[in-house]
Amino acid sequence: MTHASAPTTTDAITLNEVRRSYGAVVAVDGIDLRIRPGEVVALLGPNGAGKSTTIDMVLGLAAPDSGTVLVGGTSPAQAVARGDVGAMLQTGGLIPDVSVRELVTMLASLYPDPLDVDDVLRRTGLVEVADRRAAKLSGGQTQRVRFALALVSNPALLVLDEPTVALDVEGRHEFWTSMRELTQDGRTVLFATHYLEEADTFADRIVLMAAGRIVADGPATEIKAVVGLRTIRATLPDVALDELEAIDGVRSAARTGSAVTLQCDDADLALRALLPRYPQARDLEVTGAGLEQAFRILTADQDGVAR
Amino acid sequence: MSSAVYVRAEIRRTLRNRRFLVFSLGFPLLLFLIVAGANREVKDFAGSGISFALYYMVGMVSWGSMAAVIAGGARIATERQIGWTRQLRLTPLSARTYFATKVASGYVLALASIVVLYLAGALYGVRLPAEAWIRMTLLILVGLVPFAVLGILFGHLLSTDSLGPAVGGVTALFALLGGAWGPIAGGSELLSQLAQLLPSYWLTQAAHSAFTGEVWPAKAWIVLVVWTVVLARLARAAYLRDTAR
Repeated sequence: MTHASAPTTTDAITLNEVRRSYGAVVAVDGIDLRIRPGEVVALLGPNGAGKSTTIDMVLGLAAPDSGTVLVGGTSPAQAVARGDVGAMLQTGGLIPDVSVRELVTMLASLYPDPLDVDDVLRRTGLVEVADRRAAKLSGGQTQRVRFALALVSNPALLVLDEPTVALDVEGRHEFWTSMRELTQDGRTVLFATHYLEEADTFADRIVLMAAGRIVADGPATEIKAVVGLRTIRATLPDVALDELEAIDGVRSAARTGSAVTLQCDDADLALRALLPRYPQARDLEVTGAGLEQAFRILTADQDGVAR
Repeated sequence: MSSAVYVRAEIRRTLRNRRFLVFSLGFPLLLFLIVAGANREVKDFAGSGISFALYYMVGMVSWGSMAAVIAGGARIATERQIGWTRQLRLTPLSARTYFATKVASGYVLALASIVVLYLAGALYGVRLPAEAWIRMTLLILVGLVPFAVLGILFGHLLSTDSLGPAVGGVTALFALLGGAWGPIAGGSELLSQLAQLLPSYWLTQAAHSAFTGEVWPAKAWIVLVVWTVVLARLARAAYLRDTAR
């Protein structure tokens, strides 16, 4: 028996020339994106980059002004109706007067193939508060409940909009640790964040957004190399900028009075070369470029970016 | 997949909400116990041949059940405000089924209110043939339909702050103009004609069927259907406006 044609794998998410404005504000300005089943993708960008709008459109909560959005080959609404999508929104309260267990059970009952409620409660660390009413939970616990609600549906696609925004550093770490355990079974994950570290640690692929556009899209390591630029500042008078730019690891150099600023692809390498060569350098300072700065570099110089 | 679990949970929640129970069940009951209690000896109310307790019981039944079904849908406003409806839109639960859960819990509460008032009526000596109890109850349940839809409309128009006053006020107005609290027309032909255009008038007539023995005329059905369709259109528009982003 032969197959006439190879089965075509349907993209988990397909965005085609998608645009969306709110009044005069262009939130998403023509983006194309294909996410394959099983990929873990971070949508990274500063506030106002268009991440939440993109996610709302993937979930069918907002309609694009133009372009198409497909989830599992169908409209987002159809995917949601099939029970294929689990989502954790940035906003969205819990019904205050039911217990955590009741709430998760209520949600689970709506799906064709939910996970076991007790299992989900255990895996999201909610067993101790399972009988507590939602109104009595802490911020971190509330966030875990919302994660449990997204997960209990046993979705093929899990969408998380800034899932750690309300958490402290420790809570954030805990969240991603449990998240990693819970998503090792090949489901597709799309999450929005404005923390490079979260994107880098958890995602296979980072889609970088700024001002409603995708400015970079590639493996996490690649994006990190671009976004993870570091800056060396030093007091170093009387050295020509082109001399500094010639140092390995330095991408560009600038001067303000006696101070120089070096943008570095590899700050460690640059520093090792800089000090022996210019022992007079003082007030050394190495800082991460930060996303905002990285975006400025990227949007000014898009050729250097994997697209 | 079944929405039955969700509907059951919703009804359980409703019955657990004490404040809601007190206002929906408690007020009409309290009013009945006080007012009908004070007039227990009136066996021939205003020359109608029926006891005051019966007359007042059916009035409170139509008001109480109306308040219960309106409040059922109006609670959507709270869930909208906290963002729960947004979460639900990401589940296979359809908007239609979601509304049905609210209507169902409103109806459960309305039935509870009706039964409690019947029992209180019986306590004050109200006796009716079985078919009168049944006819009255069935007609009331049908007469509540436009009010259930009104509740859903309120659920999409109101904020939680305005919910209480708006629901209370509108319910009172409907009850008053529909004659649930006693005849208001005072012999004015015009007022009486206008009152007959209200669904609450026919709801009250449904309750009155206990002693008039009359099932609604065709006009009643027309009024109820028109109100239901118009309110459903408005509720749909309000829902679409609310979910458009």
